[in-house]
Amino acid sequence: MTIASDEMTIPGEWHVRYNYSVGKVAGEFFDGLRDGKILATFCSKSGLAYLPPRAYCERSFQACDGWVEAGLEGTIEAGTIVSASFENLPPPPYAIAYVRLDGVSTAMLNFVRALDLSDLKSAAAQLQPGRRARVVFAEKRIGRVTDFHYELVR
Amino acid sequence: MKDVAVIGTAQTPFKTHYADKNYVELCQDAAVAALAQARLSPDDIDAVVFSMAPTEFMGVNDADRWAVDSVFAAGKPFMRVHTGGATGGSALQAGYAHVASGMYQTVLVVGADRVSETPDAQHVLNLIWDRFYEHDFALNTITMAAMGAQRYMQRYQVTEEQFAKVVVDARRKAARNPYAHLRKLVTVEDVLNSPPVSSPYKLFEICPRSSGAAAMVLSSAEAVKGSGYTNPAWITGASSITHTVFLGDRMGYWASTELADHDGCFLAAQEAYRQARITDPVRQVQVAEVYDPFSSFLFQQLESLGFCGRGEAAAISDDGGFDLDCDIVAANPSGGTLCTNPIGVTGLVRAIDAANQIMGQAGDMQVRGVKNAIATAIGGSEQFFTCTVFSNDHH
Repeated sequence: MTIASDEMTIPGEWHVRYNYSVGKVAGEFFDGLRDGKILATFCSKSGLAYLPPRAYCERSFQACDGWVEAGLEGTIEAGTIVSASFENLPPPPYAIAYVRLDGVSTAMLNFVRALDLSDLKSAAAQLQPGRRARVVFAEKRIGRVTDFHYELVR
Repeated sequence: MKDVAVIGTAQTPFKTHYADKNYVELCQDAAVAALAQARLSPDDIDAVVFSMAPTEFMGVNDADRWAVDSVFAAGKPFMRVHTGGATGGSALQAGYAHVASGMYQTVLVVGADRVSETPDAQHVLNLIWDRFYEHDFALNTITMAAMGAQRYMQRYQVTEEQFAKVVVDARRKAARNPYAHLRKLVTVEDVLNSPPVSSPYKLFEICPRSSGAAAMVLSSAEAVKGSGYTNPAWITGASSITHTVFLGDRMGYWASTELADHDGCFLAAQEAYRQARITDPVRQVQVAEVYDPFSSFLFQQLESLGFCGRGEAAAISDDGGFDLDCDIVAANPSGGTLCTNPIGVTGLVRAIDAANQIMGQAGDMQVRGVKNAIATAIGGSEQFFTCTVFSNDHH
């Protein structure tokens, strides 16, 4: 079968490689992960502790001037159970959530593991804001944000 | 500041694919049609603002270069504006500033998108988040919006059925819009039974990936005077607000803005209303074309725009309070972004649909007695918010 010329398409693909410079702030955070610590930047002027860590405080417009160790438990602020497959993203189902770790002013995103996803509705009901979650570190850590994930506190 | 009028609008029908023309030819279709409505030739245009979001969707890097000739910009000042989903709203406001400042008399705002040219759209959208902390966790515009919807539902006890009704209403309205992409009627049950994607969203609660083009011609009051234009739409308010990319900064006790509430829309609306001298939106604004690529985006914005209090929109929606013939505000007579989302021009389409209501050229979507109409757009990590007021008179 021939395709009419005005129905034709030409295939294409982009292959672009990068090496992202991590910088001092993220570097310190990643070093902390290797040591089993979640390190947040702190701004003494606004009193806010940031995760992900920030070089500058958006509220005070001052450089963050310290580091604090975040609690390894926190509160879910938002979450979703993903049950559809997206190209180049992980195979479903999986859960992600923003968790505000104790002692930190902002919430940080990660996967929520060890959650029974066989019933999507009941899984979603467990992932509600207000629910407590804890940090679980990978045994082998390489200094990447994927060195930890969250699990619900039973 | 000079008064700015909309004197020509155009959009193509929106659909999944345009097999019979390429991207720049689509752009040209809208440019030609908007100029024809304004009764102008390309020589009358002093500058062109190009409305284009990530070009990875259509696959030619920074495609504004390719489009220059097609939108009659050669030999003229030209700029591309890109604020993600808010692009069309920002491009419009750039064009407005061009004319309001007195720098240019007549400006063309134009663009197109072909979001379905790639099957990897949500992969592209995942890449807008930072590589170090968020990119790895499958964040994309759907999962991002789903988490805001979850917070909104919990804060105000809104149900999945109430979100589903928004989709039903949008499709019913889109059926009267010859340019809309999804025009098939659905029921609340159809929406609830459509495949779950990212809780709380089901498939029908998510916009389509649309292809098509849009254009608007803006001109100064001096140029409009004596030109024979009988009912231009005047831009009487234009404002935008930007937030941090980090969604996690916008939730919880220490947050200064709330993701679930679309606070950016509230802040932008406050300023746009001040400029337009709108103090009572329910009495003064008859039409709102809000940017709602997801079922949950309508309520937050109608609340932010002052049509009701926080958490009240769902109950009003249940009672038909946002229908075309209602007392509060006709919300998205076009069917909105839920039915049509050509990302790079969606905000411009919202503006066109709002301006057309003022100009009396909204066809079957026309609401009677429109004095003020408002258009919004949202982009990035729910971080760019634009709000523009169109009026039948100017100060």
